[in-house]
Amino acid sequence: MQVTVSVNGEEHTRDVEPRMLLVHFLRDELGMTGTHWGCDTSNCGTCVVLMDGEPVKSCTLLAATAAGHEVTTVEGLEVDGQLDPVQQGFTEMHGLQCGFCTPGMMLTARALLNRNPNPSDEEIREAISGQICRCTGYATIVRSIRWAAEHPAPAQQSSEEVTA
Amino acid sequence: MATTEERPIGFGRLTRKEDARFIRGQGKYVDDVKLPGMLHGAILRSPVAHARIVSIDTSAALQHPKVHAVITGKDLEGLNLAWMPTLSYDTQAVLATDKVRFQGQEVAFVIADDRYSARDALELIDVVYDTLPAVVNARKALDPDAPLIRDDKEGQTDNHIFDWESGDKAAADEVFARADVVVEQDMLYPRSHPAPMETCGAVADMDKVSGKLTLWCTSQAPHAHRTVYALVAGLPEHKIRVISPDVGGGFGGKVPVYPGYVCAIVGSIVTGKPVKWVEDRSENLMSTGFARDYVMRGGIAATRDGKITGIRVDVIADHGAFNGTAQPTKYPAGFFNVFTGSYDIEAAHCKVTGVYTNKAPGGVAYACSFRVTEAVYLVERMVDCLADELGMDPAELRLKNLLRPEQFPYECKTGWVYDSGDYANTLRKAMEIAGYDELRREQAERRERGELMGIGVGFFTEAVGAGPRKHMDILGLGMNDGAELRVHPTGKARLGLSVQTQGQGHETTFAQIVAEELGIPPEDIDVIHGDTDTTPYGLGTYGSRSTPVSGAATALVARKVRDRARIVASAMLEVAPEDLEWEKGRWFVKGDPEKGATIQEIAMAAHGAIELPEGIEGGLDAETVYDPPNLTFPFGAYVCVVDIDPATAKVKVRRFVAVDDCGTRINPMIIEGQVHRGLTDGVGMALMEIIAFDDDGNCLNGSLMDYLIPTALEVPDWETDCTVTPSPHHPIGAKGVGESATVGSPPTIVNAIVDALEPYGVRHMDMPCTPSRVWEAMQGKAAPPQ
Repeated sequence: MQVTVSVNGEEHTRDVEPRMLLVHFLRDELGMTGTHWGCDTSNCGTCVVLMDGEPVKSCTLLAATAAGHEVTTVEGLEVDGQLDPVQQGFTEMHGLQCGFCTPGMMLTARALLNRNPNPSDEEIREAISGQICRCTGYATIVRSIRWAAEHPAPAQQSSEEVTA
Repeated sequence: MATTEERPIGFGRLTRKEDARFIRGQGKYVDDVKLPGMLHGAILRSPVAHARIVSIDTSAALQHPKVHAVITGKDLEGLNLAWMPTLSYDTQAVLATDKVRFQGQEVAFVIADDRYSARDALELIDVVYDTLPAVVNARKALDPDAPLIRDDKEGQTDNHIFDWESGDKAAADEVFARADVVVEQDMLYPRSHPAPMETCGAVADMDKVSGKLTLWCTSQAPHAHRTVYALVAGLPEHKIRVISPDVGGGFGGKVPVYPGYVCAIVGSIVTGKPVKWVEDRSENLMSTGFARDYVMRGGIAATRDGKITGIRVDVIADHGAFNGTAQPTKYPAGFFNVFTGSYDIEAAHCKVTGVYTNKAPGGVAYACSFRVTEAVYLVERMVDCLADELGMDPAELRLKNLLRPEQFPYECKTGWVYDSGDYANTLRKAMEIAGYDELRREQAERRERGELMGIGVGFFTEAVGAGPRKHMDILGLGMNDGAELRVHPTGKARLGLSVQTQGQGHETTFAQIVAEELGIPPEDIDVIHGDTDTTPYGLGTYGSRSTPVSGAATALVARKVRDRARIVASAMLEVAPEDLEWEKGRWFVKGDPEKGATIQEIAMAAHGAIELPEGIEGGLDAETVYDPPNLTFPFGAYVCVVDIDPATAKVKVRRFVAVDDCGTRINPMIIEGQVHRGLTDGVGMALMEIIAFDDDGNCLNGSLMDYLIPTALEVPDWETDCTVTPSPHHPIGAKGVGESATVGSPPTIVNAIVDALEPYGVRHMDMPCTPSRVWEAMQGKAAPPQ
């Protein structure tokens, strides 16, 4: 079947099997390998992308389900050569080691900060609790997201003001 | 935030060079490799733990329009590849021929156009099994009526693999016989799994024209793997290129060669096309390198006033269906014989018996530090059991028995020579940070109110950095590592390493070692690793050996460059080499500091037109292979506070204080990250992780719905600190830290849980301390989990 999904602001149409999972659509069809596949049971969250701004597990969504929605992947975080503060935060505070869970973690963090620009550590832990990191022990991920909250990008500051 | 101006030229906190690609989703893992015409493989696995294979019918699968080939054990027999050697001189079936010996064992390999079709075709293969009784409990593996698992091995009449003893049995028995107090305790270190976020996988590409095999593979030891393939498949070693690209966590699980890798290689040879195989999570949990599974009976002897005199232990080591553990040859139980721990005792003895069971093969993984994990768990639990018997505070008992600084180098009762330490200082620091006395007061108050608060203390000494080649090899390969440093004319450098990062940050840490030695900024040094065609030979990253072995190689190769630079500088400055003095990044004339040359200037001159002294070649490049004179012995003191809900028996780790001493600290940020990871492993193992089986050998934890791993909600905000006692024999004094916290934290947490349960008279309970099992312990029914 023909599926059209908008990823990072660009529409992509592919002829795929109806059963194709979004994670494989992104990785194998579009070559966006920043989204990873870690389990088959929605437990690990390494496949998290944003769909209309909300974190979803792309291993448990059909590509066809994403049709008509806006998907954001890790490849969409950096805009015009400007890193998202979340990306900067993860490197400043050592929020990653092997890097495998990192894209999903960063996207969840972005969604959290979009709705709550100044989350508490507990709120951060709650937000990432559907995802597993086997390397960091989470404390540095919490610090990374906190760093991003404390260093919002100018554009995001203004959009917050607009929403406010 | 580290700004550019604050970046250290050498050791110190430095954000990681490798992050630039990872935060952009540009890491390149095996499953990201996509080659033209690439096919996809999938493995059919045994649904039962023990059965004779009656027949395998692949005809329907071969009819599938997208299937290119189906390979079975019979096909591999024709190539003499049905069995492969393990890293412990055993054999393991690549694809089963006669029997299946564990649930999840590899039976057939399908190669198709895409991963979905390959999976579909697995359903079309018809295998008839004649089911046999299974042995899943290691305690029963040597029973006379236990079914024989390895009837493929000539002369094998039972499920026994090895017996290994260490220490002095007669001396230990004598110490125990005359001891005031003897405490004995059965304990199980349950089977667990490293479960890295990236599962295992490979892409094999056999070029028919050149005869060269390129294998992208999730490997912690690409060079050793290359040699194994040469030995297994009979491929000439120079025609094999193993590339371990970015690896999404290893923790020991990516040390062995798995049947899937061999299948991908055969698949590429058979089809003439590149073949990718990537296992799914259930395959990962059910078939690849498990960890632990030690059934232990420990004993500790002491005087009435708390002087520990002896420790002994008997172990049944469950190695699964094939002895696929990766240990140095002379150490079938790894370095388990550091179980004497951090204490000054009179005698010690251990006996380890390895057995086969109908469970997945493996046995060393999950940051186990060559079985130091099990050893430290045993001794630290035994010390707490002794404290309970004596009515002594467990911290006080440890302080009374810890080795003293003046005893180093210390030869322990099983023969290890500990390099350096100031143990009591480290323990006191951890107690001070935790506010130990205040915690005990709080605990007393809470107990009055019927609340269950526990305080656990743990101390560990690890033996890492394998190892001296005269003692340590894997499959005859001495456990050494190479380093190759090229300095370009403009003073930028390229360091080639034989070890392979799986997240440990080698591209940063090793650049910092060169920077410290040569004064070349880390950003000017590219660290190359993971590709056997472009890096020097060595045994790889596991057992916390990268910094102790490769770190030493890196420091020494940089010193070779520095020595060479001195000669070039002497030619440049027209003085004798002896008249030059080194300051970081520069040789200068003694007594005339203005007159000198930077390493960058020297690099240009070394490639330039100046006349070099006779016998000196141009360039500054150097290489070395490091053979460590001894292991290094990192140590640490941990304090954990838990609260247990008396109504639900749920354990919450409230605080965890970790004071680690890994000698010289290259990048404190990366060290802290390594420690945090290990502490989280500890919470996982102590509270939730287990790979259990039913009596028929069905794996009960074959997915992440059943194999529980800590999330951000189950772990506290770690409190980490350090002491620094450099290793006297390591070129930069570093000791390795990759597994310290995984080793030290499980007993500390269990000590805290048992301490919390004191009102219930609990002296020991086995991991994992899940609510139901803690509840049972509170009812006086603490039983092993399996």
